[in-house]
Amino acid sequence: MAARKPSAKPNVSPEELKQYYHDMLLIRRFEEKAGQLYGMGLIGGFCHLYIGQEAVVVGLEAAASEGDKRVTSYRDHGHMLACGMDPNGVMAELTGREGGYSKGKGGSMHMFSREKHFYGGHGIVGAQVPLGAGLAFADRYLENDRVTFAYFGDGAANQGQVYETFNMASIWKLPVVFVIENNQYAMGTSQKRSTSTEEIYTRGAPFGIPGELVDGMDVLKVKEAGEKAVAHCRAGNGPYILEVKTYRYRGHSMSDPAKYRTREEVQKMRDERDPIQSVRDLLLQGKHATEDDLKAIDKNIKDIVNASAEFSKESPEPALEELWTDIYADEVPQGDAVEA
Amino acid sequence: MATEILMPALSPTMEEGTLAKWLVKEGDTVSSGDILAEIETDKATMEFEAVDEGIVGKILIEEGTEGVKVNTPIAVLIEEGESADDIEVSSGGGDAEPAQAEEALEAPVEAAPASAPATPKAKAVEPDWPEGTELKQQTVREALRDAMAEEMRSDANVFVMGEEVAEYQGAYKVTQGLLDEFGSKRVIDTPITEHGFAGIGVGAAFGGLKPIVEFMTFNFAMQAIDQIINSAAKTLYMSGGQMGAPMVFRGPNGAAARVGAQHSQDYAAWYAMVPGLKVAMPYSASDAKGLLKSAIRDPNPVIFLENEILYGRSFDVPVMDDFTVPFGKARIWREGTDVTLVSFGIGMTYALEAADKLAEEGISAEVIDLRTLRPIDYGTVIESVKKTNRCVTVEEGWPVGSIGNHLSAYIMQNAFDWLDAPVINCTGKDVPMPYAANLEKHALITTAEVIDAVKQVTYR
Repeated sequence: MAARKPSAKPNVSPEELKQYYHDMLLIRRFEEKAGQLYGMGLIGGFCHLYIGQEAVVVGLEAAASEGDKRVTSYRDHGHMLACGMDPNGVMAELTGREGGYSKGKGGSMHMFSREKHFYGGHGIVGAQVPLGAGLAFADRYLENDRVTFAYFGDGAANQGQVYETFNMASIWKLPVVFVIENNQYAMGTSQKRSTSTEEIYTRGAPFGIPGELVDGMDVLKVKEAGEKAVAHCRAGNGPYILEVKTYRYRGHSMSDPAKYRTREEVQKMRDERDPIQSVRDLLLQGKHATEDDLKAIDKNIKDIVNASAEFSKESPEPALEELWTDIYADEVPQGDAVEA
Repeated sequence: MATEILMPALSPTMEEGTLAKWLVKEGDTVSSGDILAEIETDKATMEFEAVDEGIVGKILIEEGTEGVKVNTPIAVLIEEGESADDIEVSSGGGDAEPAQAEEALEAPVEAAPASAPATPKAKAVEPDWPEGTELKQQTVREALRDAMAEEMRSDANVFVMGEEVAEYQGAYKVTQGLLDEFGSKRVIDTPITEHGFAGIGVGAAFGGLKPIVEFMTFNFAMQAIDQIINSAAKTLYMSGGQMGAPMVFRGPNGAAARVGAQHSQDYAAWYAMVPGLKVAMPYSASDAKGLLKSAIRDPNPVIFLENEILYGRSFDVPVMDDFTVPFGKARIWREGTDVTLVSFGIGMTYALEAADKLAEEGISAEVIDLRTLRPIDYGTVIESVKKTNRCVTVEEGWPVGSIGNHLSAYIMQNAFDWLDAPVINCTGKDVPMPYAANLEKHALITTAEVIDAVKQVTYR
């Protein structure tokens, strides 16, 4: 879905820019639809929307190559769409239907795609960080040049296992990009109240891991930083940290009244820093696209999202027999195993 | 005044060792801190230092002597002016020694010396190898190492990671020699960060490898239990079958000796509860080898619960190119007619010993080793109970929510009409493990308790 060709220049072509606009807008409209379906009772449990953070995954996917892996937390819908997973399968998983990526057995927080090298979707804060390093460990063991993106939030950045992982990733030179998606609130606790530093990316320094702060509301800056990080890992230099400063417009989950920040704060972000609006402005001001071109993209996305909502309603609930399947593997899952 | 130098205990479970090398000779003057000798335990070779000053008057145990019991006098230290000829050597050590020695022999299990064969008198009813197969005596420790080495030879994606598994040769010597054969790419020392390296192991399994994650003991795996259960056990289900964690978490489990509450705990029932995990808990060396090879090949996450006290015990192991033991198949160690004893892991020590003693009193016990706790071979248990009409379960873990509790319920629901007495669960006591030797002994289950339970269910 995202443009995958790594670009040596920070500049991108108008086609690429249009692609980023498309991909970010797809995530936003998809999430808005998911919010609607949640309100209608079609999606249950926890549902964490990605609205506002779209530039992070779209920018980093633009820096990734085929075969690179990604793993993230429970705020995972955007990552799945950005790496090219089918919106129908994602939405149907949200509604707990047979057509979902996990046949309805995983839900919003637990989705996977071996085909797209998406390793979840993990519900325990911080647990995906060692898992991501483990994926990178496998690639290093198998002696290929793939890179893993391990995404986690500013809240998870206070978890002990993150630092255990930094240590091992550093001593074993694992090709993993640790992406701290800093949306500034760990559920309802602001970074200021929960975290000893304002610069989380510096926490890699004691482990010998370079890190940098990235403007997560600017897709081009994210892509540029991502390319630098990926090149570092692919060259065998070990892990890299990107602290991507972003903002979520919605609550932590659908059931969050968001009393910990003001309406004005959110509105200011939306008005001044919206990542989609700024790409839209770039496209129009640079005359890379007309209003009509963008309308066509909007329309196309609306169709995709509506189709996914329809699919997620029409797909049947999983058969009762599914309760008892996939507990044990009959055979070794398809992996990247080498011949003995 | 002459001082006896005694064979030291260099680990919690050491009962004897090899006096590998003397670094002093008779007539040498030593002061405290000087290295006197190298002593080899079943786990490591250690240097033994002098505590007192003096002259080495007499060396009592030649270097190279194996099986030297802890607290045996190995040399005598004399003072200036004393003669080595005046030395009277006690037969069993110093004044304070007898009580210690007795405890050492009795606690925590009434064990044969570590290297002596523990093969019970009754032969296995259903051996796992063809009749006439050549057998060799091997310790559980060696059997586990061989299992890993054989699987690592046949599958390049199998690797072992954990604390001290490589250069140290294993905290309990289970991985001894693996680094030399397979190199540091496949035998990997980790920092002491169980949560992190367990997660990295699970990620590596997602990525196509077959990790063996060693926990120095399963007590430390509690730091990692989130990754074991939430990441390893559940991912296959949560991904609708797309990906899982084909891997083994292994290490010693349960009480060792005198290491107190935080280091003495049996996790059998904890892990056996979790769908998505498989759980093996071998007793004998052949099962340790055959089950570990099956575990490494298994496409699911396997919890492999070993036991420090069993590591040094020897059993018959078949000499075969590729010997495996399937999961979910219990082993009947001895046939009997009056009562069924069901156990697993080190619990088998008590069950077999009780069966021997009961036989002397004319009570015929059938002894079943479950070998794996997930899956459990219910069929073999039920079939036996239908024959004996009585059942006693034996395990070292805590009583509430024990494997014995679960089996009791299963037997009640599936063989109620065959039961002539309630099933009794012999378990460890419902207390954190105490340190004091006498209390520890009582906290663990004893053979006498198993015998009492059998007498209750047989109304003797």
